[in-house]
Amino acid sequence: MKLPIYLDHQATTPCDPRVVEAMLPYFTEHYGNAASRNHKYGWAAEEAVERSREQIAALLGANAKEIVFTSGSTESINLALKGAAEMYADKGKHIITCQAEHKAVLDVCKHLEQQGFEVTYLQPDKSGRVSLEQVAAALRPDTIVVALMWANNEVGTLNPIREIGALCHEKGVLLFTDATQAAGKIPVDVEADHVDMLCLSGHKIYGPKGVGVLYVRRKNPRVRLVAQMDGGGHERGMRSGTLNVPGIVGLGKACELARTELESEAKRSAELRDHLEKRIFSELDFVHLNGNREHRLPNNLNISFAFVEGESLLMGISDIAVSSGSACTSASLEPSHVLRSMDVGEDLAHSSIRFGVGRFTTREEVDFAADKVIAAVKRLRELSPLYEMAQEGIDLKTVKWQAASH
Amino acid sequence: MAYSNKVLDHYNNPRNVGSLDKGSTQVGTGVVGAPECGDVMKLQIQVEGDRIVDAKFKTFGCGSAIASSSLATEWIKGKTLDEALAIQNTQIVEELSLPPVKIHCSVLAEDAIKAAIHDYKSKNSAESATNEAAH
Ligand SMILES: Cc1ncc(COP(=O)(O)O)c(C=O)c1O
Repeated sequence: MKLPIYLDHQATTPCDPRVVEAMLPYFTEHYGNAASRNHKYGWAAEEAVERSREQIAALLGANAKEIVFTSGSTESINLALKGAAEMYADKGKHIITCQAEHKAVLDVCKHLEQQGFEVTYLQPDKSGRVSLEQVAAALRPDTIVVALMWANNEVGTLNPIREIGALCHEKGVLLFTDATQAAGKIPVDVEADHVDMLCLSGHKIYGPKGVGVLYVRRKNPRVRLVAQMDGGGHERGMRSGTLNVPGIVGLGKACELARTELESEAKRSAELRDHLEKRIFSELDFVHLNGNREHRLPNNLNISFAFVEGESLLMGISDIAVSSGSACTSASLEPSHVLRSMDVGEDLAHSSIRFGVGRFTTREEVDFAADKVIAAVKRLRELSPLYEMAQEGIDLKTVKWQAASH
Repeated sequence: MAYSNKVLDHYNNPRNVGSLDKGSTQVGTGVVGAPECGDVMKLQIQVEGDRIVDAKFKTFGCGSAIASSSLATEWIKGKTLDEALAIQNTQIVEELSLPPVKIHCSVLAEDAIKAAIHDYKSKNSAESATNEAAH
């Protein structure tokens, strides 16, 4: 076993060796510019890019012509939301999104608010999910885009994208979905799911970092975007800049692998995740699942260990690489905006750990991680005045706390 | 984030973990911080005359908060109440090499010492007041 054990696959994933192998020739041998139309080098690069487009389209149930290459999801989100807002501003200036979205979406929305757009931030339920009814109630005649993530990166909760997509299509509103965490992990079909724009990122699906995609629907309806980067007019004019051919080849291969192995991989990772969850829940008291047991990514597990602060827990489990929803790094001590939006309680938000199993995670590693976590939580609870109070039967909600003097 | 060796040492081998009898008149208890802020410290002192003869703590908080309170108990043991009251958070910052974002942990530890001493003093002045009334 190689330590620390990597269980942070929502943050990023290792490149699959098969992906690296597919990429290598495009650095040194087929190094042409995909836009060079006059020689073999250019043709080889273009051919590789078009093959990648096909592989990505196949994963999404899209047409290859609808795939726009970008540097990753952050850029795709900027292009989708700013590009659509600018293009359709005459039609309306209202956008709907959710408080639990990734910062990339929230910050773009904030930017658009400064440009005179109006944004409705739906509050998810306690499991992190937005309902069809909430979206229906928020829709207005001047709504131009609904932006909702497919799967949440912290708690793994899945939104009912298919139902929301059908509603958006019925109302003539564009649906953008951030599928950075969902693509390659759960079935995605932009036709059946009525998605108009969708982003994914290479590094979350065992592909390279710095390359991603924006899917932009070409018919029923045809989505038009105002480019956010001026230049040579690559990618149907939507994203200028010489294409990152090796990265694109890697992303294509990653999507192909994700598609062919999706079912078996989802089953395998869910088994590992469930094993970890079962061990933690059976060997510790006062643990809370953050997220939605039914509608959840197969490889995500987000747990709050009551009475134990997240960062101290991370210190105690330094042999495993995971993330905490706690952010005890500033005077303001703000925990994750996702957990806050779900209203799990600030104390529990400070106690949360996100585990993400991956393609190369083994059962042995999961058991090792479970042992470490359980031991660390028990030790820190011996140190915790809150655990002591809870055991004395004191309701922590009724205690008058004295915050620090500054 | 990288932690200093002293923080790691206190985190891995915290000194004086535990609880004293909070009902005893010889014991002062300070509880500071709040769960929703991500740290709560409970620091207790046992006093004989005006000297702190024992100190215990329990802390919910990050590694630096645990280290700050562990260090605080180490420092106040054997000190007089006035000496303990003179301990400042900046001394804790220095000893543990806390980065600026963790200064609040040292502030909390200083607050915990003061709160425990305050509790001890008010308990005993109230005690002597009731004793006098009974006479
Ligand atoms: C849900 C979600 N959206 C967007 C991003 C940003 O992706 P990228 O790193 O490709 O810019 C991430 C990754 O952190 C994510 O998890």
